[in-house]
Amino acid sequence: MTTATPAASQPAPDTAYTADEEARIIRNSSGLPVGIKPKMVWTWPKALLWAVIAIVCALAWSVLAIARGEQISAIWFVVVALSSYAIAYRFYAYYIQIKIMRTDDANATAAERVQDGANFERADRRVLFGQHFAAISGAGPLVGPILAAQMGYLPSVLWIILGVIFAGAVQDMLMLWISAKRRGRSFGQMATDEMGKVGGLIISVFLVVVTAIAMAFLALVAIKAMASSPWAVFSLGMTIPIALIMGCYERFLRPGRVIETTILGFVLLVLAIVGGGMIAANPVLAPIFTLNAKQLVVALVLYSFAAAALPHWLLVTPRDYLSTLMKIGTLALLVIGVVIANPQVQVPALTTLASRSNGPTFSGNLFPFLFITIACGALSGFHGAVSSGLTPKAIEKENQIRMIGYGSMLVESFTAIIALIAAITISQGVYFSMNMSPAQIEATAGSAYSASASPEQNAAAAVSRMDVQNIEGQRMRVEWQSGGTVVTGAEALDAAAHDVGEETLVSRTGGATTFAIGMANFLKSYLGGEGSIAFWYHFAIMFEALFILTTVDNGTRVARYQIGDLLGNVRKLRKFADPTWRPGNLITTFIATALWGTMLYMGVSDANGGINAMVPIFGISNQLLSAGCFMLVTVCVVKAGLGRYAWIPVVPLVWDVAVTFTADFEKIFDPQLGYFATASSLRASIDSGQLEGEALANAYASLSNAYLDGVLSVFFLVMMAAFLAVGVKTVVSTVRARAYGDHLTSQEPFLESNWFAPSGLIATRLERKVQHEFEHHPARRAELG
Amino acid sequence: MNAAAQLRAIAARAWRAVVWYAREVSGEARYEHYVERFAREHPGEEPLSERAYLRAREEHERLHPNTSCCC
Repeated sequence: MTTATPAASQPAPDTAYTADEEARIIRNSSGLPVGIKPKMVWTWPKALLWAVIAIVCALAWSVLAIARGEQISAIWFVVVALSSYAIAYRFYAYYIQIKIMRTDDANATAAERVQDGANFERADRRVLFGQHFAAISGAGPLVGPILAAQMGYLPSVLWIILGVIFAGAVQDMLMLWISAKRRGRSFGQMATDEMGKVGGLIISVFLVVVTAIAMAFLALVAIKAMASSPWAVFSLGMTIPIALIMGCYERFLRPGRVIETTILGFVLLVLAIVGGGMIAANPVLAPIFTLNAKQLVVALVLYSFAAAALPHWLLVTPRDYLSTLMKIGTLALLVIGVVIANPQVQVPALTTLASRSNGPTFSGNLFPFLFITIACGALSGFHGAVSSGLTPKAIEKENQIRMIGYGSMLVESFTAIIALIAAITISQGVYFSMNMSPAQIEATAGSAYSASASPEQNAAAAVSRMDVQNIEGQRMRVEWQSGGTVVTGAEALDAAAHDVGEETLVSRTGGATTFAIGMANFLKSYLGGEGSIAFWYHFAIMFEALFILTTVDNGTRVARYQIGDLLGNVRKLRKFADPTWRPGNLITTFIATALWGTMLYMGVSDANGGINAMVPIFGISNQLLSAGCFMLVTVCVVKAGLGRYAWIPVVPLVWDVAVTFTADFEKIFDPQLGYFATASSLRASIDSGQLEGEALANAYASLSNAYLDGVLSVFFLVMMAAFLAVGVKTVVSTVRARAYGDHLTSQEPFLESNWFAPSGLIATRLERKVQHEFEHHPARRAELG
Repeated sequence: MNAAAQLRAIAARAWRAVVWYAREVSGEARYEHYVERFAREHPGEEPLSERAYLRAREEHERLHPNTSCCC
C-alpha cells in the first residue's frame, strides 16, 4: 500500500501522502493544510469491525426484547446502548454532517474569526467535549428513567436510545451547528434573526419560565431525598463551608490552582459524608439536623438568594468544581460498578402498569407520558440553549461539531441508561415502597391499611395488593439482601433502611433515593464490600443533591439575567439590562428565587408528594422547548436550500409535537389527569369541611399548585403553538419565494481558515500527518514570527 | 529497551496526558495560554501577573454572564 507520491509542499518523508489522501486535504490560499474532507474510507478490518458491532447490537436488542420469564444481566443494557450509539454516531450523525451541516474546514470558525482571548478562544476538541458535556448534563437524566421504570424496562430503553439517536443528539448537534455558523449567537437571538421579533420574544419568555420550573422540580427531588435524614442534611450542609474554604484557598493561598482546590474539596466532602454518619447515630445531634421538607425549602431559598448575592469565587465557582468532578468521576465509577457487580434485572420488559394510566410514579398512559417523564436523557430542550452558549464560540474546526454536539449527548443518554439499570435491578417491592406517597400507599393497601401499623408494614401490604409481576412472571415481592440473608416483606424495608443509615425508605418519592440504593449496590461490589453500603448510599445522595444545588445556583443566576434582559426591553426599565447594576440584580434575583421557591413550596405541600404533579409540567415544558429548537433548525435548513433533507429535523419535530401537545391537552382537559380536574376535586373536599389543620393547609397548597400547573400548561401550549406557527409561516414564505441560500440567513460569510486540528476524539493517521505538515509549514512559521 | 522500562514510559505518558487533560478542562492552564499568546502578540511587553489575570477574567465573567443552563 506504499504508493506514496511526493506532495507539492515538500512534506517530510514520514508525512508523505498517498494520492487519495492528498485529494482530501483542504489547503488555503497560502498552501497551508487547514482540514481534511470528511470521507468514509473502508478497509477490510474496518468493515469487519462494524459488521461485528452491528451483529452484537442486534443480538443485545433481541435479548432485551424477547427475554420472558428468565433472568437477564444488566450488562446487556450497557452493550445495547454502546453499540447503538457507535452505529448512530458513525453513520447517522455522519450522514447529517455531510447532507445538512456540510461542515467545511476551509471556513474559519467563530473562535478563529474573533479570538478575543475571553470566550472566543480555540479550545482543544477533547477539552471542549468535556466542558460541553459538563454544561449539558444535570440531574435530569437520573430522575426520569427511575420514575418510568414502573412500566417495565423496554419502553424506557427504547425511548432513551432511539430518542437520543434520532432526536436528542440531533437537536444538540444541529443547534450547535447553526450557532457556530452565527458567531455563537444564543437561541433567542437566532430565533429573532431567522423568524422575527415574535419568535425571539417567545423563546426568551419561555426560557425564563422553563428554567424556573426545572429548578423547582429538581430542588423538589433533592429535598425529597434529604427530608428527615440528618445524615444527608448534615453532609450536604457541609458543602457550604467546604465551598467557602475552597474559594478562599484558591483566591488567597494558591491562586489559579483549580485541581489542588478540587482535590482538597473532595477530601473534605468525603469526610463530611463520614461525619454525617456519626451525626445520624448521635441522639443529641441527630434531631438538630432532622429537617422536614418545608423547613428545607425555606433553607434552600435563603441559601440560593445568598449564593447569588455573594461574589462568585466564594461559593458558586468552588461548588461548580466539585460537582463537575463528581459528575464525571461518579459516572466512570458507576459504569465499572455495573460491569463488576453484574446485577440481575428484576423488572420485566413490560409490567401491567404499562397498559394503565394510574401507576404511582407518574400518571397517564405510556403514550405520551413516558416520553414526557424521561426527558433529559433522550431529548432535552435546555440543551438547545446550552449548545448556543459558550461551546460554539470555542470550536476549532467545523468538522468537530459532530463529535462535540452529538457525542456529548450520547454520553448524557448513557447516564440515563445507568439510572435505568439502578432502578430495575432493585427488588420491585422496594422500588414501589419508596416511590409511593403515603396517600397512594393508603389507597392501594385498601382494607389492609392500618393507621397503627408502621409505614413499612403498610407499604408491604400495598405492594402485595398490586398485581405487578417480576421478571420471572411471579407476583412481585419486597426483598432485601442484608448480610448474606434475604429478608422479605416489611422486615426487608426495615433492614434496607437500617443498612443505608436512614430512618425509613418508605415514600421517598422523587427518584433520588431509588437511584442512591442502586448506585450503592454497584459501588459496594468493588469498593468496600457489604459494610460500605451506607457510605455509598449517602455518597450517591450527595452526588445527586450537589448536582441539583449547582443547577439551582446557576439557574437562579441565569434566570436573573434573563429577567433583567426581558425587563430591559421596556423603555422605563432599561437599566435592568445592565448586569452590573446592584439594585437591579437584587430585584431580579428576588423575582427568580420567588418564582421557583413558590412552585417548590407548593410542591412539597402537595399530599401526593408533589413529584407526581411536577413531573409532567417539567417534562412538557422541556420537550416543548425542544420543539422550538427543531423548528428553528428546520427554518435554517429550508432557508439554506436543503429542503430535501428537512425530514431530519422534521421527523423528531412532529414526534415531539405529538407527544407534548397530547400530554398538555390531557393535562388541561382530561377529567382524570387534568390539573383543573384535580383542582375542582380539591375544591370540593375543602368545601366539604372535613379537612382541618395541616391537611387543610396542604389541600390549599395542592389547590394552588393544580391551578398554577394548569395555567402554565395553557400558557405553554399557546406560546409554543404561536412559535410553531411563526416557524411554519417562515418556511412557507421561503419556499414560495424560492429564496434559498446561506446569504439570506444570518449565517456569517465564508472566511478563509489558517488553522488545523483533527476532527474526532482520536486523531487518525492522516490527521497526524497533516498536523505535522501544518506545524512545520513555512506559511505557519511566518505567522508565528 | 526492556519491557519494564517500556511499561514505565507508557505509564508516564498516560499520566502526563491525564494531567494535561485535567488542567485544560478545569481551566487551570488558561493563564499559561494567555501568557503564550501575549508573548506572541505583544513581544517585549510584560503580561499580567496570574493573580491580576484571574481577577480580570472574573470581572469579565461578571460583566458577560453566560446565560445558558442546566439539566
